Amino acid sequence: MRTGSEGTSWDLTTILSKSPLALPPPPRRVQSEATGVVQKMSENGVSSRAKVLTIDTMNPTVKKVEYAVRGPIVQRAVELERELSEGIKKPFAEVIKANIGDAHAMGQQPITFFRQVLALCSYPELLNDSTFPEDAKSRARRILQSCGGNSMGSYSASQGIDSVRQDVARYIERRDGGVPCDPDNIYLTTGASDGIVTMLKLLVCGEGATRTGVMISIPQYPLYSAALAELGAVQINYYLNEEKCWSMDISELQRALDEARRHCNPRALCIINPGNPTGQVQSRQCIEDVIRFAAKERLFLMADEVYQDNVYADGCQFHSFKKVLFEMGPEYSNTVELVSFHSTSKCYMGECGFRGGYMEIINMDNEVKAQLTKLVSVRLCPPVPGQALMDLVVNPPQPGEPSYENFIKERTATLSALAEKAKLTEQVLNTVQGISCNPVQGAMYSFPRITISAKAVKEATDKGQQPDMFYCMKMLEETGICLVPGSGFGQKDGTYHFRMTILPPTDKLKILLNKVKEFHQKFTQQYT
Amino acid sequence: MAEIYSDLIPRVCVHLSVFFYVSGPESDIGGKRRAPDRTTTTTKIKKKKMSQQTVNGVPSRGKVLTLDNMNPNVKRVEYAVRGPIVQRAVQIEKELKEGVKKPFSEVIKANIGDAHAMGQKPITFLRQVLALCSYPELLEDNKFPEDAKKRAKRILQACGGHSIGAYSASQGIECVRQDVARYIEKRDGGISSNPDNIYLSTGASDAIVTMLKLLVCGEGRDRTGVMISIPQYPLYSAALADLGAVQVSYYLDEDKCWSLDVAELRRSLNAARQHCNPRVLCIINPGNPTGQVQSRQCIEDVIRFAKEEHLFLMADEVYQDNVYAEGCKFHSFKKVLFEMGPEYSSTVEMASFHSTSKCYMGECGFRGGYMEIINMDPEVKAQLTKLVSVRLCPPVPGQALLDLVVNPPQPDEPSYTTFMKERTVVLADLAEKARLTEQIFNKVPGITCNPVQGAMYTFPRITLSQKAIDKAKEEGQVPDMFYCMKLLEEEGICLVPGSGFGQREGTFHFRMTILPPTEKLKVVLHKISEFHLRFTQEFS
Repeated sequence: MRTGSEGTSWDLTTILSKSPLALPPPPRRVQSEATGVVQKMSENGVSSRAKVLTIDTMNPTVKKVEYAVRGPIVQRAVELERELSEGIKKPFAEVIKANIGDAHAMGQQPITFFRQVLALCSYPELLNDSTFPEDAKSRARRILQSCGGNSMGSYSASQGIDSVRQDVARYIERRDGGVPCDPDNIYLTTGASDGIVTMLKLLVCGEGATRTGVMISIPQYPLYSAALAELGAVQINYYLNEEKCWSMDISELQRALDEARRHCNPRALCIINPGNPTGQVQSRQCIEDVIRFAAKERLFLMADEVYQDNVYADGCQFHSFKKVLFEMGPEYSNTVELVSFHSTSKCYMGECGFRGGYMEIINMDNEVKAQLTKLVSVRLCPPVPGQALMDLVVNPPQPGEPSYENFIKERTATLSALAEKAKLTEQVLNTVQGISCNPVQGAMYSFPRITISAKAVKEATDKGQQPDMFYCMKMLEETGICLVPGSGFGQKDGTYHFRMTILPPTDKLKILLNKVKEFHQKFTQQYT
Repeated sequence: MAEIYSDLIPRVCVHLSVFFYVSGPESDIGGKRRAPDRTTTTTKIKKKKMSQQTVNGVPSRGKVLTLDNMNPNVKRVEYAVRGPIVQRAVQIEKELKEGVKKPFSEVIKANIGDAHAMGQKPITFLRQVLALCSYPELLEDNKFPEDAKKRAKRILQACGGHSIGAYSASQGIECVRQDVARYIEKRDGGISSNPDNIYLSTGASDAIVTMLKLLVCGEGRDRTGVMISIPQYPLYSAALADLGAVQVSYYLDEDKCWSLDVAELRRSLNAARQHCNPRVLCIINPGNPTGQVQSRQCIEDVIRFAKEEHLFLMADEVYQDNVYAEGCKFHSFKKVLFEMGPEYSSTVEMASFHSTSKCYMGECGFRGGYMEIINMDPEVKAQLTKLVSVRLCPPVPGQALLDLVVNPPQPDEPSYTTFMKERTVVLADLAEKARLTEQIFNKVPGITCNPVQGAMYTFPRITLSQKAIDKAKEEGQVPDMFYCMKLLEEEGICLVPGSGFGQREGTFHFRMTILPPTEKLKVVLHKISEFHLRFTQEFS
C-alpha cells in the first residue's frame, strides 16, 4: 500500500495517480498514504491531520486476514442478542450460535474429575478437604509439585511443564500402539491455534517465486488462511471431494502442487483429520498415500488432529499420522518431517476457555528445533491452568482409581450423544430438498451443500454479498440461528454451503434443524 | 527438489540488508556499530552451518526445514531472559538432582520476575474465586466467604453455558472489560474509560506484540521504526525482529537514575529518520529492567514529544502497583494525557498495557492481561478486533483473575481485611527488598546501583577489568555474559547479563529480581558481592 519512501519528493498528484484506492480518495487517506515528509508538511493543521495509525498505514498483511468463524455474521448475532435483551421484538426468542465448536456454551457439562483437580490446583487448601477423591488430590499434588513454588501462578518452562510433557509422550505412545515418543519433542501451546501459527511462522521464507507456499484443504478451517495471510505466505488450495464424502485424493494434491510450483515454493502440507468443517475421517490408506506424497515431494507435514476422539461413523477409526508414518518403516519414519497438533478444546472435554494444547514434532532439524524453543520462550509460557488440564486429558483416571467410573460415564455420555447428533443432523438435513449433507463421520460440524437459485444469487450479488452469506444472514435475522457461510471456509466455485456445529443438546438440535429446514424451504420458495 | 535450495543465496543476501536495519540492543542507531555478542552469535551460526551437513551421518540438508531455509526473522529473535544462561541453569539443576557435586546446593533463578516461583504466596481471595469458578459445586460449600462466591457467580454468569471452559468473546468477557474500565477510571481520578476500548490479552506480551503487528508496514527506508528504551525489556527487540520492523534505540540516563530525556528521544528519532519511518514510541514505566519511576513532568514531556513528532505511544505499565521509593508515585500515561487538555487527549494515539503477572499478585502462570486503546482510528480498531478473533480468546481463567485484580474485595466485604493484609505484606516486603538490594550492592567496590524506585529488578553497573574483557572475548562471549556464566557455575545464582537488555557500549550490567524472600535475598546479595570481589581479583 505504501507508495513512496521518506525523503523522496512525492507530490500529491504522484500519490493520487499511484493510489490503488477508488477515486476520489478522501483527503485524509491521501495524507496518511504519504510518508513522513508529507505528514510533516501538514503538521500545523491539527484537526485535519491524519492519525498515526490508519487503515492505509497499518500492516497490510493484517488487513488481508479473514476469519469467518467470528466474522460479520457473528457480530450481527451479538448485536441481535443485545437488541433482544433490550426488549426489541424479533421473530425468535433467542439467538442460537451454531457457528463455533464451543461445547460448554452449548450446555455440555465439564468432566467432574478435571474440574476437581483444577480447583485443587487453584486453591491448594482444598487438599485437606475430604470431599475430594484421592485420585484428584494426587493428580493435583503432582501438577503443583512440578510448578515453581508449587503454584500455578508461576511461569512454567516455555516448552511446557516437564511432567506434563512426559505424560503427553506416554499418552501418544499408548495411542499409537507403542511407537516411542520423546517428551523433548512435545511443545505445550495456547490452544492448538498457537502451535499451528508458530509452526507456519518457522516455515515461511523467500520472496516472489521462492516465497513459501502452504497447501491447505478446501474447505479448510480459516485459521490456516488467516495465518498464511498474516505471514504473507502463499496459500495453495487442494480440494476435497464432496461427492466422495469429502475424501482426499492424491491426484488433486499433485495438481495443486504442480500449479503452485510455477509461482511459489510449496514446502508444507496441512491436513485436518477428522475434518473441520467437513467431518470426514481419513482412512489408513489415504494417510499412507499422503505421507508417501509428502516424502516424494519434500513437503513438511502438519497434521491437525484436534478431533481425534470425535469419530462416530461405523467403520471409521482415527489413525494418527505418526502411527501410520512409523508403520511405513524407517525409510519414511526417519525422514518425513511431521508435526501433529492436539488441544483440550474438543473431543469429549470441550474445554475451549483454558487454551490448552500441544504439538509433537517429528524429524525436525535440531538447529531448527533450537530456534523453535527460542521463539516460544519470548511469550514466556502457555497458560498453566491449560497445561494442567492437558495433563489430565492425557492422564485421566485409571481403572481402580476412585474417579474412574464416573469419568468414563461422563466421557461416554458426551461422545455417544455427539454420535447421535451427528446421525440426526445428517438425516434431517437430507430430508430437505435443496440441501445435501455428507455423513458427519467425525469432528463437530456438518457442512451441507445448499442449492441457491439464480434469483437469490442475483439478489445477493446486488447487495454485494456472497450468496451463502446472504443466505446465512437472512436465516439469522429470521430465525436467530447463527451459522457460518461456506465461503468462509472455501468451496468449489458455484457451490454453496454452511457450517453448523452439532453441539446443541439433542432436543434443541432437533428444533434447530427443523428451523433450518423451514427456512430453507421458505427461502427457496421466495427466490424461485 | 532443486528449487528448494536454488534461491537460497540471493534470499539470504536480501535479508542481510535488512539485518543492518534491525539493530540489536547493543548496536548504535543505523547499524553503524555492532555489538560484540551479536557478532559472536553470527559466528556461532556460521560454525553450526558447517557442521550441519553431517548430523548423525545422515545428510541433514535433506530436511525440508533447515536453519538456512527457515523464516529469517525468527532467527534474529533474541530473548535473553530465557536465553542460554537459563538453559545452563536448568542443566545444572538436573546435574544437582543426579548427584553431581557443585559448590552450591541449589540454583537460585533470579533471572525472571516470577514471584510465586520465589515463594510468594498467592492472594487467598483470588484463588478462592478461581477454585469456585473451576468447580462450581463448591458454591454450596460454606467454607468459602460470600464475597468470593458472589464474584465467582458473576464471572460464571458472564461465561457461555456458565463455564470457564467456553470460549469468550475475542476481545474478552464483557463484564470483565467493564470492571477494567471502572478500575482505570478510579485509578485515574475519574477520567472516563470505555469498555469498548479494553482488549483482554494473554499476558501483556500478547497485546504488545499485537499492537506492534498492527503498526508495521512499508519497506526499505519506509519501513516502520519503533523507538524503545535502552536498556529495554527484550520482548520488544524480539517482537521487532520477528516482525521485521526497525528498532530505534533511545538511551536512558544511568547517571540520572535511568531517567528519560526528551533531547535523547529527539536525537534518536532524527538519526532514525535517515533510514526508516519511526511511528511508535514505547515506554516502560515503572522501568524494566531499570526500576525507575517516571515523574509526572517527564510523562508530560514525552506526550508532547509524541504529538509533535506524530508517534503512536505504547505505555507498558505492568508494574503500576510496584512503586517503593519515597517521593515516587505512579502516574498513568492516560491520566497525564487527559490532564493536558483536549488538544492532546483527543489526538494522541496510545495503548496502555497491564497484566496479572506483576504487582502484588504475581500470577504469571495465568497469562492474564489487558490493553486500553485511546484515540485509535475506528477502522484500525475494527481490524484489531478481527485480528484478535483469529486466536479465539485469551485464556478464560486469566480473564477471571484479571477481573478480581481490578475488582478486589471492598471495605464492607468479608474478605477485605485478609486481602488488604496479604497485599500490604507483599508490597512492603518488596519495598524493603528494593532498599536492601541497593544498599548492599552499593557497598561493593566495582558495583554501582541506582535506587530500585519501582518494578521488581535491580540493574547494577559492574566494572570489568580489561583482562576479564579479553578473557571473555577469548571464550567467544560478551563480557557480562562471561561474568554471569561464571557466577552461575560458581554460586548457582542465575542472573541475566545486561547485554540482553542493551546498554551503552563499554558499560556492563546484570539484571536481578528482588523477589527472593528477604533472608534468601540477603544470602544472594552477599554471594554476588563475594563473587564480584573474587572475580575482580582474579582478573586484575
